[in-house]
Amino acid sequence: MAKRLLVLLIALLPVLASGAPMGFDEARHLLNRTSFAGNVEDIEAFGKLTRAQAVDQLLGWTGGRVATPAPAWVNDFESPRKLRGASEEERKAFQRQQFEKGAELRRWWVTEMLTTQSPLTEKMVLFWHNHFVSSLQKVRSPVLMYRQNQLLRKHAFGYFGDMLHEVSKDPAMVVYLDGASNRKGQPNENFAREVMELFTLGEGNYGEQDIKEAARAFTGWSIDLESGEFLFRRPAHDDGVKTVLGRSGNFDGDAVLDILLAQPQTAELIVSKLWREFVSPQPDSAEVRRIARMFRDNRYNVKVALRALLTSDAFYAPQNRAALIKSPIDLIVGTLRQFRFETGEVTPFLLAARQLGQDVFAPPNVKGWPGGEAWINSASLLSRKQFLERLFRAQEMPQPLPAMAPNADGGARFARAVMDIHFDSERWLKQFKPGDAALMKVVLAAEPASTVATAAQGVERLRELVLDPSYQLK
Amino acid sequence: MDRREFLSAGAAAAVAACFPQAANAAAAAARYDNLLILVELKGGNDGLNTVVPFADADYYRLRPRLAIARDQVLQLDASAGLHPALQALMPLWQNRELAVVQSVGYPSANLSHFRSIEIWDTASKSDQYLNEGWLTRAFADAPVPRSFAADGIVVGSNEMGPLAGGGTRALALTNTEQFLRQARLAGGEGVSRNAALSHILKVERDVTQAAANIGSGVALRSEFPNNAFGNALKTAAQVVASKAGVAVIKVTHNGFDTHSGEQGTHQRLLKDLAEGMVAMRAAMQEIGRWDSTLMMTYSEFGRRPRENQSGGTDHGAANAHFVAGGQVRGGLYGLPPALSRLDGNGNLPFAVDFRDLYATALGRWWGINPQVALNGRYTPVDFLRA
Repeated sequence: MAKRLLVLLIALLPVLASGAPMGFDEARHLLNRTSFAGNVEDIEAFGKLTRAQAVDQLLGWTGGRVATPAPAWVNDFESPRKLRGASEEERKAFQRQQFEKGAELRRWWVTEMLTTQSPLTEKMVLFWHNHFVSSLQKVRSPVLMYRQNQLLRKHAFGYFGDMLHEVSKDPAMVVYLDGASNRKGQPNENFAREVMELFTLGEGNYGEQDIKEAARAFTGWSIDLESGEFLFRRPAHDDGVKTVLGRSGNFDGDAVLDILLAQPQTAELIVSKLWREFVSPQPDSAEVRRIARMFRDNRYNVKVALRALLTSDAFYAPQNRAALIKSPIDLIVGTLRQFRFETGEVTPFLLAARQLGQDVFAPPNVKGWPGGEAWINSASLLSRKQFLERLFRAQEMPQPLPAMAPNADGGARFARAVMDIHFDSERWLKQFKPGDAALMKVVLAAEPASTVATAAQGVERLRELVLDPSYQLK
Repeated sequence: MDRREFLSAGAAAAVAACFPQAANAAAAAARYDNLLILVELKGGNDGLNTVVPFADADYYRLRPRLAIARDQVLQLDASAGLHPALQALMPLWQNRELAVVQSVGYPSANLSHFRSIEIWDTASKSDQYLNEGWLTRAFADAPVPRSFAADGIVVGSNEMGPLAGGGTRALALTNTEQFLRQARLAGGEGVSRNAALSHILKVERDVTQAAANIGSGVALRSEFPNNAFGNALKTAAQVVASKAGVAVIKVTHNGFDTHSGEQGTHQRLLKDLAEGMVAMRAAMQEIGRWDSTLMMTYSEFGRRPRENQSGGTDHGAANAHFVAGGQVRGGLYGLPPALSRLDGNGNLPFAVDFRDLYATALGRWWGINPQVALNGRYTPVDFLRA
């Protein structure tokens, strides 16, 4: 990121004179919210840009190729049919294999989060994963979950309407919300309900009858069990007239999705959710309506909505600074990136994230992770602190991170990975002049909550700062 | 006043009328002197092999390999008997301190571990997603005194379950020493106008307050079985014995997802369960708390009546549960498993809604209005002495 910035700054030199640079504090806030965390040099570089330039730069870096090599098997869908007539041992071996692939898939994504040049890309893919929820727990195919992740990536900064249409036919989603059992005469309402309640309109903006009718329109949206691809089963499709939100016709699923996209509530739901992700726990309804209108007027262009949010006065308002609680991924990935930890294999961090309540590719239910204050209870808070404490002691004495006891297979790998964690605190601290002010500003989003006078210095002081309650905020 | 405020004001007035002590702090302390211990049988306990319908031919037809032979069963009446590994519970049964509730479940049973335990923990409907646990809602309505070390304690799991969300002061412990070590990382000072920070500081205060109260290393003479569940119960008993005050304890007994090779595993799990419950009773008797203790088991679901090809059972629906305590009116409740009326998945229909059990704990044990926490009217089960 730093090298790119230098190039950028040279290119922008003439422009800089005209705009009002955002300054260190706003740049820190922006990077902290959009990029897991900001390094000192990144913050300083961004501080010289105007809000609009900074946000355009972040958006301009999105959508590149994933640098982390995908697992070798992602193109080899294994049909569950092959288990027909399989022996107990074969079944168990298959399950073990799927389990290991699920772990590999998680390692792939978290490695990308740790190393990407565009953290905002990963933040948004995670955002959509938590919007269009599917889970390995039910889908059971790491291949299909990988494909869904690719689909979310493709549209993460594109057009929400396109994403909705494609996700609705995404095989992992079809499995997750029971599309295959939605047949003419025997409708399964699961997808129809969630697409209205969670993906588009929000509760209270449709009736039970709308769900029943919409479910009929989605009948026949299924998957091919051999290839794992979407399959429209025409004989299972209900060709009758349906009435959804007051409009009647022989609708198919795509027609229903278009009806949902034509409702203003859909844009408002997405913008409110983006607001809670990036701005504050309480969306400002007038601002949401304003940005939602722009979003809709621009064919649901996600970049338009994001740019409006991230350049808004509300985003930078004092009362919205440090107003959000870091998710487990924010905390783990942000800490490792910000302090430039060297890490080996990422298993210990996946286990920590799971213990803290965020197992990627396996959100708890179709509503996703509730987030916010729900991240913090006595167990998770103490686990967060223990994780941080041990991380910052790793340079003295490697010891297991507080994660679920790894099973026998993973034990050795886990131990190796823990030994690979290094933090060069001397080098990192050299960025700061003596005295605490700049250091504190970079590490904490708010004043430290602990008012106890401290004589600690160096890595000791860092440890105190990351254990301060304010470190849980972004 | 909008409609919702009016309704809740109305509900509050109704509560006050039914439970005149509701506004009284002393009454709150007295109410929560009654301790509730929830025992989670994680993974989905096989109720049919726990409380065995030994007189039902369908049971033996569906379980040619796994059924418990009639002459092995510890008979409770002419048709129901306990798995022999539950021998330790028989003195409680004979003493009429053990209630067995059969066919507990809910409409449109969900067969996913995750989702179904969430339904039990939040007391939601099958298609409803709630963020707060049922006890969190109950404690918001009828607060636990601030003098208590915590509203609730979770042992053997990091999931707050029925205590999740909201303002509940709930703690997860593995053992008290480890907790006290970890608790040193919590500061517990300061206040903030920042809502997110306030929440974190509140949790820190909960931790430090509990640590200050729990720390006193109470020596119980009663012994607990040396296994994970026994150790969890021991931690729970130590917390109760410290007199810090706690309204509810959730203890998790892991490993009930017996898809294969169920026989040996289940036998061990049930033995640990029975011996653990009996040890808990002895410990509570030792400190004079058994008459103010109510223990209830719960689990995400029961298991499918028809055994599978791997010597195990798959996810089911309705289930049998235990209730024990000094004030419990022992006996059989609910209905025997209706093996002749299985649903489309081959699972048992329910006769007692799990929220009926919660309503009993809330209304009869604590004297608070169950409707507020349960979002509806449920019928208490008459397993407590008047």
